[in-house]
Amino acid sequence: MMSFLQTYGAQLLLKTWQHLYISAIALLLGVIVAVPIGVLLTRANDTVANVVMSIASMLQTIPAMALLALMIPFFGIGSVPAIIALFIYSLLPILRNTYLGMKDVEPALIDAAKGMGMTSGQSIIKVEVPMAAPVIMAGIRLSATYVIAWAALASYIGAGGLGDFIFNGLNLYRTDLILGGSIPVIILALVVDWLLGKLEAAVTPRTTQA
Amino acid sequence: MEHLNKTYPGGKVAVEDFNLEIEKGEFVCFIGTSGSGKTTTMRMINRMLSQTSGTIKLNGEDIGKMDPVKLRRQIGYVIQNIGLMPHMTIRDNITLVPRLLKWPQEKMNERAKEMIKLVELPEDYLDRYPSQLSGGQQQRIGVVRALAADQDLVLMDEPFGALDPITREALQDLVKDLQERLGKTFVFVTHDMDEALKLSTRIVVMDGGKIMQVDTPDGILRHPANEFVENLIGKDRLIQARPSITTVGQVMLKDPIATTPGKSLTDALRLMHDKRVDSLLVTDEAGILKGVIGIEDVDYNFNSATSVSDIMKKDLFYVQSSSLIRDTVERILKRGLKNIPVVDDNHRLVGIVTRATLVDIVYDALWGDEEADEETNNIHHGEDADSASAKGGEA
Repeated sequence: MMSFLQTYGAQLLLKTWQHLYISAIALLLGVIVAVPIGVLLTRANDTVANVVMSIASMLQTIPAMALLALMIPFFGIGSVPAIIALFIYSLLPILRNTYLGMKDVEPALIDAAKGMGMTSGQSIIKVEVPMAAPVIMAGIRLSATYVIAWAALASYIGAGGLGDFIFNGLNLYRTDLILGGSIPVIILALVVDWLLGKLEAAVTPRTTQA
Repeated sequence: MEHLNKTYPGGKVAVEDFNLEIEKGEFVCFIGTSGSGKTTTMRMINRMLSQTSGTIKLNGEDIGKMDPVKLRRQIGYVIQNIGLMPHMTIRDNITLVPRLLKWPQEKMNERAKEMIKLVELPEDYLDRYPSQLSGGQQQRIGVVRALAADQDLVLMDEPFGALDPITREALQDLVKDLQERLGKTFVFVTHDMDEALKLSTRIVVMDGGKIMQVDTPDGILRHPANEFVENLIGKDRLIQARPSITTVGQVMLKDPIATTPGKSLTDALRLMHDKRVDSLLVTDEAGILKGVIGIEDVDYNFNSATSVSDIMKKDLFYVQSSSLIRDTVERILKRGLKNIPVVDDNHRLVGIVTRATLVDIVYDALWGDEEADEETNNIHHGEDADSASAKGGEA
């Protein structure tokens, strides 16, 4: 263990950083795209919403390996195609939770907001998104875990990250390298999930006095 | 204040040719069964729904041409599910509309305090969240939220339907009081006739998207326009309302025993004996009520007086046949009179109300017709009830 850290310590840090960096950007893009689309879908008619949700589900069914490989003809190799592939994966859970969370807001509240004279935008920002925040955050947490796990595969198309250890370990039959890559991925996923859990608690609207 | 004429055919007709003018300061209840179009009509007023045709005017201005968001900010809106924002404090909930209108913070704070006082809740509730209040308290906040931005018109959609009877009554009193004190106009949707009768200045009865009747609560009770309205009011209520809408003429005994002033005391005494009564009303030939004589007068003056006119009491208490029982019962009871002559508009004697008649009225008001529950009759009415229950048994 100690000798492994002595030999690969610096590399481990670098790969962990790469891993985190790829995942974070993919997730961030996912949030930026999926949340607004999910919100807008609640204002579109049901057919449009169903079509969009189906497309997102379909993207989710493409095997991760295949999707990564598919990126190469378009974006070459390196971290950019990896980020794009992971971004596509992150979409569905966020999109679905945003849409369902928004749909789940008590109709009476939306009716009241509208009846009070809120514009559609005010209703979304002041009422619907805050009420749906816990569900949206749950979707983001789920996506984050997926993205971190799958980012290990990204090393396959030269994106770096902790996957490098795992793939090297597989090629060289080195258990220590496999574990040295896998364990940090697990820890990373757990830590990020825990942090996002904190964030979820923070954005959950207060409904009682402290 | 408003002139609204709306037809709303959209495959299914929800509201059909609805015409109504609401004056400022009125409390108008829309009442009807579910699907009668009452909520639909109300929601068209603040453009939560748009009408297929027809126009609604608010203060002479066509609301169809106004910005719906601005329109809604000047109309109070209270819904059945209360709809307080659970993630906002009571203060923020009350000042929701003022905040949308960008009032200065200070004015909003002041208004929040004013409003919470209006509904008799302590000021420290302002910092609480809706979930910390009971349902009744929450709806109190719901009501003042609709008033906080000085809305002149308040729409209420079955606001108290989900509350227990005691809380509901307290809130009805509150709303009625606010309406009378603040002079706001209320449009109130309900399916509860008691609520409508209690609160409104006018009731709009709707069925199948059409207006069945528009009248004051009294008017509705007195002259239900058709069977639907009658059923909606309910038999019980019509009976209960009887003292307040029946006239004396409807309950009096007709053909009272009367004599004329020219008759001799002997004739009068004979008449009393024949009819088994202890007093006689005195009318002239045209039937105009002149006075009354009692047996004690006859007895006392039998030797000194000759004709009825000599001994009759001229100042006697009487009632008009067209006056309401509600207004007369108490006077009759208070004076302790045995019987009261009833006259028409021309002061002609048309009937008599005895204390036995009053018993009937009170009895009907409390227990309805004879078919009413036998047990109740037995308990409360010795002999009468026995015969009533006997009849009920045969039926």
